Amino acid sequence: MSDPHVIVNGQPRPISGLPVHTSALDLVRGLGLTGAKEGCAEGECGACAVLVLRPEGDASRWTPVNACLVPAAALDGQEVVTAEGLGSPAHLHPVQSELAVRGGSQCGYCTPGFVCSMAAEYYRPDRDEGFDVHALSGNLCRCTGYRPIRDAADALGVPPADDVLAQRQQRPAPPPATTRIDGFARPADLAEALELLGRHPDATVVAGATDLGVEANLRGRRPSYVIAIDRLPELREVSTDGTIEIGAALTLSEAEAALAGAVPLLDEVWPQFASPLIRNGATIGGNLATASPIGDLPPVLLALDASVVLVSAEGECEVPLADYFTGYRETVRRPGELVRSVRIPRPLAGLVAFHKVAKRRYDDISSVAVGFALDVVDGSVVRARIGLGGIAATPVRALATEAALEGRPWRSETVEAAAEVMRGEGTPIDDQRASGAYRSAMLGNALRRLWVERSTRSAGEVQR
Amino acid sequence: MSVGAALPHESAALHVTGHALYTDDLVQRTRDVLHAHPVCSPHAHARVTRLDPAAALEVDGVVRVLTGGDVPGVNDAGVKHDEPLFPDEVMFVGHAVCWVLGETLEAARLGAAAVEVDYEALPSIIALTEAIEAGSFQGGRPVVSRGDTVSGLAGAAHVFSGTTEMAGQEHFYLETHAALALVDESGQVFVQSSTQHPSETQEIVAHVLGLHDHEVTVQCLRMGGGFGGKEMQPHGFAAVAALGAALTGRPVRVRLSRAQDMTMTGKRHGFHAQWRVGFGDDGRLQALEATLTSDGGWSLDLSEPVLARALCHVDNAYWIPHVLLHGRVARTHKTSQTAFRGFGGPQGMLVVEDILGRSAPLLGIDPIDLRRRNFYVEGQTTPYGQPVRHPGRIVAAWDRVLATGQVARRRDEVAAFNATHPHARRGLALTPVKFGISFNFTAFNQAGALVHVYKDGSVLINHGGTEMGQGLHTKMLQVAATTLGVPLERVRLAPTRTDKVPNTSATAASSGADLNGGAVKHACEQVLARLVELDAGRGLPWEELVREAYFSRVQLWAAGFYRTEGIHWDSTAMQGHPFKYFAYGVAATEVEVDGFTGAYFTRRVDIVHDVGDSLSPLVDLGQVEGGFVQGAGWLTLEDLRWDESDGPGRGRLTTQSASTYKLPSFGELPAELHVAFLEHAHEDGVVHGSKAVGEPPLMLALSVREALRQAAAAFGPAGTSVDLPSPATPEAVYWAVERARASGADHVVRGTPGIVPERPDPAAPLLHPRSEQASRTPAEG
Repeated sequence: MSDPHVIVNGQPRPISGLPVHTSALDLVRGLGLTGAKEGCAEGECGACAVLVLRPEGDASRWTPVNACLVPAAALDGQEVVTAEGLGSPAHLHPVQSELAVRGGSQCGYCTPGFVCSMAAEYYRPDRDEGFDVHALSGNLCRCTGYRPIRDAADALGVPPADDVLAQRQQRPAPPPATTRIDGFARPADLAEALELLGRHPDATVVAGATDLGVEANLRGRRPSYVIAIDRLPELREVSTDGTIEIGAALTLSEAEAALAGAVPLLDEVWPQFASPLIRNGATIGGNLATASPIGDLPPVLLALDASVVLVSAEGECEVPLADYFTGYRETVRRPGELVRSVRIPRPLAGLVAFHKVAKRRYDDISSVAVGFALDVVDGSVVRARIGLGGIAATPVRALATEAALEGRPWRSETVEAAAEVMRGEGTPIDDQRASGAYRSAMLGNALRRLWVERSTRSAGEVQR
Repeated sequence: MSVGAALPHESAALHVTGHALYTDDLVQRTRDVLHAHPVCSPHAHARVTRLDPAAALEVDGVVRVLTGGDVPGVNDAGVKHDEPLFPDEVMFVGHAVCWVLGETLEAARLGAAAVEVDYEALPSIIALTEAIEAGSFQGGRPVVSRGDTVSGLAGAAHVFSGTTEMAGQEHFYLETHAALALVDESGQVFVQSSTQHPSETQEIVAHVLGLHDHEVTVQCLRMGGGFGGKEMQPHGFAAVAALGAALTGRPVRVRLSRAQDMTMTGKRHGFHAQWRVGFGDDGRLQALEATLTSDGGWSLDLSEPVLARALCHVDNAYWIPHVLLHGRVARTHKTSQTAFRGFGGPQGMLVVEDILGRSAPLLGIDPIDLRRRNFYVEGQTTPYGQPVRHPGRIVAAWDRVLATGQVARRRDEVAAFNATHPHARRGLALTPVKFGISFNFTAFNQAGALVHVYKDGSVLINHGGTEMGQGLHTKMLQVAATTLGVPLERVRLAPTRTDKVPNTSATAASSGADLNGGAVKHACEQVLARLVELDAGRGLPWEELVREAYFSRVQLWAAGFYRTEGIHWDSTAMQGHPFKYFAYGVAATEVEVDGFTGAYFTRRVDIVHDVGDSLSPLVDLGQVEGGFVQGAGWLTLEDLRWDESDGPGRGRLTTQSASTYKLPSFGELPAELHVAFLEHAHEDGVVHGSKAVGEPPLMLALSVREALRQAAAAFGPAGTSVDLPSPATPEAVYWAVERARASGADHVVRGTPGIVPERPDPAAPLLHPRSEQASRTPAEG
């Protein structure tokens, strides 16, 4: 086993001896690479974005992540490229060149992060000519107003055949290292992970570290021992034959790609879940393990009647998600247990929708999130599952609303009555995101909107 | 010609490759740096009864704790002497009582947590309305008055009164405050600071250290955004770094985390306004009385000049014969609110645009017509006595937006959409901008530059302005190259330093290019005149001429100086001619509001903006677009929330992070955005006929707010007047929609007396800055 190191812009850089809370951002800046910046230290602004080479089938893909959240130790053996690695002032990368000549930088502080997010989209293997501007939704610019950045993105062609980074994607990414640094371990398989967890009961388990990173940066959390599970093969399996099963350690981006549209309701969630920079790190397992009442996945998974597979040294057990959450950021998961996967039963409901209410259209935390999964047969609601976020200490099912819908005809009178019931669901509070009164109003209106958008032609243009 | 060419930012290639250096990037290049971490008050208002750093010194890696007792000079970080650097009485949550220096930031952080501080909690005032009720004010209370509002209102066909409140705004420059100080090889204190005002940073560092200004040099490489937030706020952080360096002999770095920056530093002022307005039957404004109260936070900072500019912009582009405007700065236990792009102008303009937006339906006049009818015409003066030059440009820009934006056709389309969509409404609104250019305070309107021509013909320029992304350095390079008649590549610009150009004004008030451009041009012209004389018509190539000049003992460098002519201001009387000129602009914005949630998006924006003859069109376009989006953020999305409860978190900023305070992101970029510069807009007497552009476009975003108001109103019956909070978040718009559906207009009182704005207190202090008193001759009294 080689000494722990990260390959930064092609150069192996040792990481032994760094404190465990050293982030990838600390690492590259400590190397004198000034491009990646700390703008917010919580994965909201993207000024720290760097590219990490990740597996993509038999090949690989340059994947942008927030370096401020990723522990440097988690990148042991991996390849990282920063803005400096893409080009130099004398030899600008096409992304850099387009941004520079079109006025895409003013103060320049956010720019290297934009460059990395843009480069990732530029190199996306399945990209044709177009540029998906949502690739940049995790990067904030305070100066330009974004128009020149959009124009720079639109002006990009495809990488030339001799592009070194494009060529690199045709070969596999480095395999995960079996890292052992003081206070940090990356086990090779599930058995080893459970064994480590048994020996370190206080260990913090991380995948993308999008939660721990924030806790470490903003609240000074310093875990005594960190176990990285994001590359455990047993936690990365996906099955869509029969019951749908999604490995807990897949990033949301990977899960989206692996499901390939098999769960339409989830496809409504992905683009509204944080930003690509976060979705490239955050996992389904992490979202369920942290059990935030305002996470965007639980309402949808509740609507889908999903269950959680927990695994420990004693074996596996399956818990319906509706029984999983026990309190504010508390679940039935015991010490020593890992979330292995999420199961979604078939058949999937026919009428599904995800409604997220927030201050900002993209990359914001929900004030209210609603997942709908209804089966309407011969004009009647035969089954209704509605998951809610943001209106109680845990994600909850809208049981009273479900009851007000089931067995009734799917028409406006039913919807109106059920919407009034739904308005009373949960115990929404006033906070900086929204008032309790607004949250309640949004609950009722979510159902009204579902009716209008899915049942009539007279709806207003749907806001996208 | 270089001036007028659409060039990218001079540092663009450095920006995109990560090679552009900012203050905190220098830490890696500096040996033995100590890191500073503050100990912050958890109380909004309290007396410090005990401060014991002993436990911090036990923490591994902690080197020293800086306290008030360490200050050799004056323990103050402001220019008003009301901002103790190490306070005995904390005035807001996050107020730093001392700073811990450590070998690592981690050590300093842990040390700060170990410092023992006892507080005696004191009563606090958090909300602006609380301060008004309690009579908690600070500083002068200026009055702008013209005519007789009592008779003006008495003669008006329609009198309305109401109140308007607007929130502040966090700057959220991507680069937080940073300073790196060391004592250099010659014994001078050298401070690298992310500051818009290096000279004032230098002065504060000097007075804290008990040194003269010439013993302190401040350099600003570039800033990762400033927006006014680094005009006055950097001084204390630079002083802490410098004090630490002076005491330890080692370089000291201060860099705030985002949470610290948001918790500790000032923001745009929120304002409260009471107003009473009179209109004629034709919709023409007859009289306006208003009392504007700004939320100054705990200290004065720049609150008085911000208030003065607010009062000078309540008229925006409109002629109001009778005016009585009265301003106050509230003292609250929050961060000391400060400069922010527009500097009170946006808040002043919001008041009149709010009045017009709420009044138009009550008058039965279309808002586009109502605004246009009230534009200034030639020969009219502002309430503070300055003639409005080129008012025809407002009309020209307005008509061009109407035409190129196809507003007439689109208004029909909006009406048709609204008639056929029960759950969504669109609104299309135009608003004008008239923004005064120059510092209100006349003395600040001066600048210096230093231009060196070396024997090889290369040119090095220094000037007093700082680069924060606005493209000032790009413009200065263009001015120098054009004036000297050399290619742009021959000119290099060196970082802003107080030992190159002294006594500079802040890079603020949109004035950077006007002032420093004048100074650079002046310096270049001096060198050029000497070279032209030497050339004597021979037409020698530049390099040859320069070489000959050296051997002929002709001076190849010059100091340039510029002061704005023709301006004067009496801040006590609030009368004069404070502005060199006005920058004009017009925006038309179309929005769509979802009736289920109040969520909205901007469908299209058309802007015509007056930048004079643009020095640098790509830079100016960036300022217009960026300013517009930033203004839209202030008015719609950015939502500062303070804990106003009586609980233990009282006074805490609850939106002190990027996850809770939302800036515009890609999704807020209007689907269509068309920006054009006003044609035939040469401005005499300004460098190359250009106009300042930094601040004015921000106020174009008032059109977004008015469009939202109209869209919300369209959910109600015709003639519905909507009171829209600011920021108009989706929730705020939702409740406005609900009120419109109920067609309530109780937010406006009709007729006299109505809500009478609080009258100016004759005994209240007027604006009377010390600096102005000192500069006043006895004859002026």
